[in-house]
Amino acid sequence: MTEHFDPGTQQDETASTSRRHFLKTVGASGVAAASVPLWGPAAQARAADDPPPRSDAPRQGLSRIRLNINGHLHTVDIAPQMVLLDVLRNESGLTGTKKGCDHGQCGACTVLVNGQAINSCLSLAISHQTDEITTIEGLEHNGELHPVQAAFWEHDAFQCGYCTSGQIMSAVALLNDKQMGESDAAVREAMSGNICRCGAYRNILAAVQDARQVMKGGA
Amino acid sequence: MRAFDYTRPGAVDAAIATHARANSAYLAGGTTLLDLAKINIMQPDQVVDINGLGLDRIERLKDGRVQVGALVTNTALARHELIETHYPVLSQALLSGASTQLRNKATTAGNVMQRVRCPYFRDGTSPCNKRDPGSGCAAIGGVNRETFAVLGTSDQCIAAHPSDMCVAMAAIGATVSVMGPNGPRDIPFDAFHLLPGTSPAREHALEPDELITHVTLDAPPGGARSGYLKLRDRASYQFALASCAAQLSVEGGVIRAPRIALGGVATKPWRATDAERMLDGKVPSRALFEQAASAAFNGATAYEHNAFKIPLGRHAIIAELGALTGLETMQEVS
Repeated sequence: MTEHFDPGTQQDETASTSRRHFLKTVGASGVAAASVPLWGPAAQARAADDPPPRSDAPRQGLSRIRLNINGHLHTVDIAPQMVLLDVLRNESGLTGTKKGCDHGQCGACTVLVNGQAINSCLSLAISHQTDEITTIEGLEHNGELHPVQAAFWEHDAFQCGYCTSGQIMSAVALLNDKQMGESDAAVREAMSGNICRCGAYRNILAAVQDARQVMKGGA
Repeated sequence: MRAFDYTRPGAVDAAIATHARANSAYLAGGTTLLDLAKINIMQPDQVVDINGLGLDRIERLKDGRVQVGALVTNTALARHELIETHYPVLSQALLSGASTQLRNKATTAGNVMQRVRCPYFRDGTSPCNKRDPGSGCAAIGGVNRETFAVLGTSDQCIAAHPSDMCVAMAAIGATVSVMGPNGPRDIPFDAFHLLPGTSPAREHALEPDELITHVTLDAPPGGARSGYLKLRDRASYQFALASCAAQLSVEGGVIRAPRIALGGVATKPWRATDAERMLDGKVPSRALFEQAASAAFNGATAYEHNAFKIPLGRHAIIAELGALTGLETMQEVS
């Protein structure tokens, strides 16, 4: 699995992402340690399930594809029915994109494909081999938050945070779209596909409109 | 999701031949197919991705009609200059449907082919003649409010057709062009979607392996104006309880070439031809609109929880006709 990581996409220098990386690492090994001894038969079976080295052919039933995610090429071995959301999270290690309803109703899985917001839960990964995919991990630039990320932080535009990456991706798409209206009503309409169970909509709207001003200012 | 094979042909003929080789589904935007494949309502063994066929263009034909490729997204269609200018009803209907993310992915042909939102159809276990012919209809006598019809129903199925786009196309008039193993053919839009009748599982006029390649919109008559009114439980991202697509012109003080279609209230995109006949050649008035709206719901059948759709649908017609003719109708209506 780790060979599929593109080191260029890993930005673990900030405190928050270090914590996330720590939790992911400990969480994974913790599960393994709790369930089976590392030297047991199950561990061997698990190792055998891992994708073979890239010099080998993909396992039977899998296709080896390359996806351009956040400007980096990721090589992944996937089954045809795997949706982009699951490949991002499970194969490319990009867990910022969230699985909510898994049916295109909540927007937690929103990513940009060629600049347009889509539900990554309703799109086959194999169909995106020529596309530019942007996830929440791809928004920062040289350690600086994207204006929308900064505005969400500033306006406390979340409570539990589960919908936040999807909200931010939709906001980025609409702010980059010159045909979208700029009124509060237009923003609410454009972002109606992102559900926030905590009800942070007022602050989300304020963050989006604030980010609009920052982005107009040439930030 | 169950495993399936995936192919992405580069030509229409190849797509049809590939589709014919197995239990297949064409993949356009995937927002219906993958949604329903995840809950085993659609179970293709093979998915034929048609995004490589070049069917993503919008063109004005010499006869004034507008040809829309099957793969044009709902967003692209709604925003196209030809559509915004000549078919505002279509642009408005598209933008009233689903969410930004879904419109960016959903396609013209996929929208035509979308499946009903009946919860009993989707739950995979309730009796449903559409999913499991002969098993019955849990919606009749069940909870049948939001996504259920009052027009075009049968004792086998009462699920409303969910599309907004198709309602606009029914009002405009259109032709669905398909290609199949026996070559191309054209299907009038009104004849494409089928009433449930005694065979709700058969939803459209496509023959096995046929592929929609284009939808061609009739040229609007000179001076035509059009619009779409959608009434729903919340202001956005919700299926219609009742909607009205209308297109007409007013010449010399009288209505000409009126076209009215209804959504949310019928089992297929519903042309209100009786209402159209009443309006044609008449001077616009609120009384006339009320008569036409009543005619549109002659023969409607109310079920336990959706009887309100009959007056709601009438009001949608009256309000949209008022908006198009400049009459104030939004005051209290009977």
